[in-house]
Amino acid sequence: METRICFRLNGKGVALTTDPLRRLIDVLREDFDCKGVKEGCSEGECGACSVLFNGKMVTSCIIPIGAADGQEIMTIEGVSATEKGKIIVDAFADGGAVQCGYCIPGMVIAAYYLLSNNPDPTDDEIRLGISGNICRCTGYDLIVESIHLAAKRGGAIWKS
Amino acid sequence: MVACDISKAVRRVDAVSKSEGTIKYVSDYSFDDCLWGRLVRSGIPRGKIKAIHLPDLPEGYRFVTYKDIPEGGHNYLHMIATDWKCFAEDEVRYVGETIGILVGPDRTKVEDLKQKIVIDYEEMTPAVTIDEGLECKGGAFVNSDNIHCRLSLNVGDVDAAFKKAAKIVTETVETGFQEHVYLETNGACCIPEGDHYVVYASAQCPFYIAKSISPLLNLTPDKVIVRQTTTGGAFGGKEHFPDVVCGPLLVAAYVMKKGVKMFFDREEDIENSVKRHPSKVVFKTGLDKDGNIIAMDSTVCYNVGGYLASSFVVLQRGCFHVTGCYSFPNIRSVGLGVATNTFPSCAFRGFGAPQTLFAVETHLCHLAEMQGLDPLEYKRRYFIKQGDTTSTNGKVVERVMIPEMLEQVMKASDYERKAREYKWGSGRGIGISFYNHGGAFTGNGEQAIIKARCQLHKSANGDVEILCSQTEMGQGFHTILPKIAAHVLEIPMEKVIFKDPDTSRVPDSGPTAASRSTMIVGELVEKAANLMKPRYDKEEDFTVETHYEHPEGFPWDQSTFQGYAYLGYGWGVCAVEVEVDPCTAEITTKGIWSSHDCGHLIDERIVHGQVNGGVIQGLGWGSTEVMQNIGGHFKQTSMSDYIIPTSMDFPKQGVYFVENPYQWGPFGAKGMGELVFNGSAAAYIDAVSKAIGKRISSIPLPTEEVMTYMLHGTDLKSELQEVR
Repeated sequence: METRICFRLNGKGVALTTDPLRRLIDVLREDFDCKGVKEGCSEGECGACSVLFNGKMVTSCIIPIGAADGQEIMTIEGVSATEKGKIIVDAFADGGAVQCGYCIPGMVIAAYYLLSNNPDPTDDEIRLGISGNICRCTGYDLIVESIHLAAKRGGAIWKS
Repeated sequence: MVACDISKAVRRVDAVSKSEGTIKYVSDYSFDDCLWGRLVRSGIPRGKIKAIHLPDLPEGYRFVTYKDIPEGGHNYLHMIATDWKCFAEDEVRYVGETIGILVGPDRTKVEDLKQKIVIDYEEMTPAVTIDEGLECKGGAFVNSDNIHCRLSLNVGDVDAAFKKAAKIVTETVETGFQEHVYLETNGACCIPEGDHYVVYASAQCPFYIAKSISPLLNLTPDKVIVRQTTTGGAFGGKEHFPDVVCGPLLVAAYVMKKGVKMFFDREEDIENSVKRHPSKVVFKTGLDKDGNIIAMDSTVCYNVGGYLASSFVVLQRGCFHVTGCYSFPNIRSVGLGVATNTFPSCAFRGFGAPQTLFAVETHLCHLAEMQGLDPLEYKRRYFIKQGDTTSTNGKVVERVMIPEMLEQVMKASDYERKAREYKWGSGRGIGISFYNHGGAFTGNGEQAIIKARCQLHKSANGDVEILCSQTEMGQGFHTILPKIAAHVLEIPMEKVIFKDPDTSRVPDSGPTAASRSTMIVGELVEKAANLMKPRYDKEEDFTVETHYEHPEGFPWDQSTFQGYAYLGYGWGVCAVEVEVDPCTAEITTKGIWSSHDCGHLIDERIVHGQVNGGVIQGLGWGSTEVMQNIGGHFKQTSMSDYIIPTSMDFPKQGVYFVENPYQWGPFGAKGMGELVFNGSAAAYIDAVSKAIGKRISSIPLPTEEVMTYMLHGTDLKSELQEVR
């Protein structure tokens, strides 16, 4: 049965009428053209579809859109447009974090969530922070370095 | 910017668009007006198709099979061999074999209808493992012996040496399936346009697709235009396999006179895609009275699966690498590609070399340890050098810097102290491995088979476009190639354009495979840029073209596999340190250090990233990546049961290089994309074996098996089995 669902997407109020059991990832990609949200595993295991749900990182492939009613969703499209998001994107580019790129939007979300809660993380804290995001290309080292770089470049911004 | 060393890192051209999520992968295109396709596959590993029962198909839905191939068309996929059918006819050889493609306008409806298709089979007994294939379990189904392909190599006189040997020992080393787990699953779309078809695909080798699938409709390859879309990882898994995806789409697009698209989800992709060949290498090694190797005989068996496709080439590379980085006086190797009823195996980073390199490294460790020696001391007796004879009776052309690389790794890892202090079975261990990888196609294949061509086009505005068929799949080629051109032309990199290839507008510079792109096509671009440079300021709009020419004086006979198999090898040394929990058998990796010789680095950060990723992928292959095939069915079908490394599993790596410019590569660069995979598993297993004091001769080694070795394994010092 279709239901009307309203939520905030990347800072703007949006609404749609749809089956509330549709996956959040499908609604974001198909109805709102957020193609930066990637599907990697379809079971909440790889983190490629990560989004912020009321500020917390979740995997959008295992959340029904009904759960988003009245809530606030930020995707890579929203995050990369923020000052903090730009710092991460720049750091990823300068630090060599990116190879095939498919996991990277989710990785940027993870970095954003981590640094927003822990502005000056250790190596181990970064590795824990991105442990729900699988990357097959990089072996993670340069992603970890790039997140350090983003922490350093952002400085006080991460505390705001 | 142009005066500096080319090795100095630059920003990858695709880094920002990939980070922001704006770059488009194949499933990010809507392909409006295209139908959805879903493959209908064999549910059994071996048998005859007796009947296919279809549900009532609504208008606009159609089940397309081999019967829809038009007269004159051929129901095969050209993937070096032509035995792999696009659609099964009456016989199925593996679970997941394509029987037909169901197409229609609504994706969910297609899925629902697919679930209602019932296929009756006459089931036959499958052969799943290498041993079952060799035994012809259920009767041979390929030739009279289930051997798809074979080769043999011989250097010196192994039999004569065996007669003189004080002792001949045997050991079997085995490796398992490995799934690529490129983060982007397979997907493609095929659209009819006038007298031709356009294919959009996540793929490594666009020209391979055109050549492979065009015979289905009796078309020439130019009538199938392939446009590569941004490819989210491949590792060999998108070298030939996209042909298996695109073939049915082409026939369906022909039948429906409409575009058809298909994107796999992860489960479909893992269950129904090619893997790394499982291997079984049986060594017979002759030792003199002092324990020195005087002859080594190996039988190299690869599990090829139901169809041969490209596997003979994989097996050849495996056999060529079976002596690793060593020179032994007498060598014999027989390679057998074994037919089984599993999904056909195909390319995966290393292309057959990792299996034999793991085998020889592990065997040498065990030969040393049974004599109470540290493996490193034993291995270094046999390091190959410039001018030494290779496994194919060629010579090593280049300087081999293994001693220098070993020095770097030993220093960084404090190897000597640790090897001395960590007693075997003490719970701590440090292992070390040596490996190489022959760059580019074997022998004169680049000249005889590939015949790569590359163009540079200068426009009036000063922009230079690189026209070649190389693809970016994560390895950094969209940055590497423009960097080479810009450096030669002394223009900013922003002035160099390099797009995803479209087979209708670029020359065929060969596949993006075999660690050949930088080494071969990079060199063609360097040469083209040198041709363009004197004309760049004077002429407005012109094209230069270069062709590959093999250096003279390095003969190769592809019918006997004799001669110079590779002119430039990448070389590697890797050390891994582990700690094993005595109660839980859990392994903690304490350190990873590697040194590589990739000639001169084109971009140090890109190469660093390749090392990091290749080493970790190799460690996954050696440890957690268990892919079982039980009764013809893969048991692991998702990312929650097929376990690839996370950021928590391995520590930060120490990454080192040596400078050893390659005379025929751009700026001295050699191939390195596969090399960096080839050695870490052996170093890891060496370390774990020492830590638990037990001999380990097969991978993967998940934690749960470590305990079994600890309780029931064979002591490292025990003698290998003697044979005569």
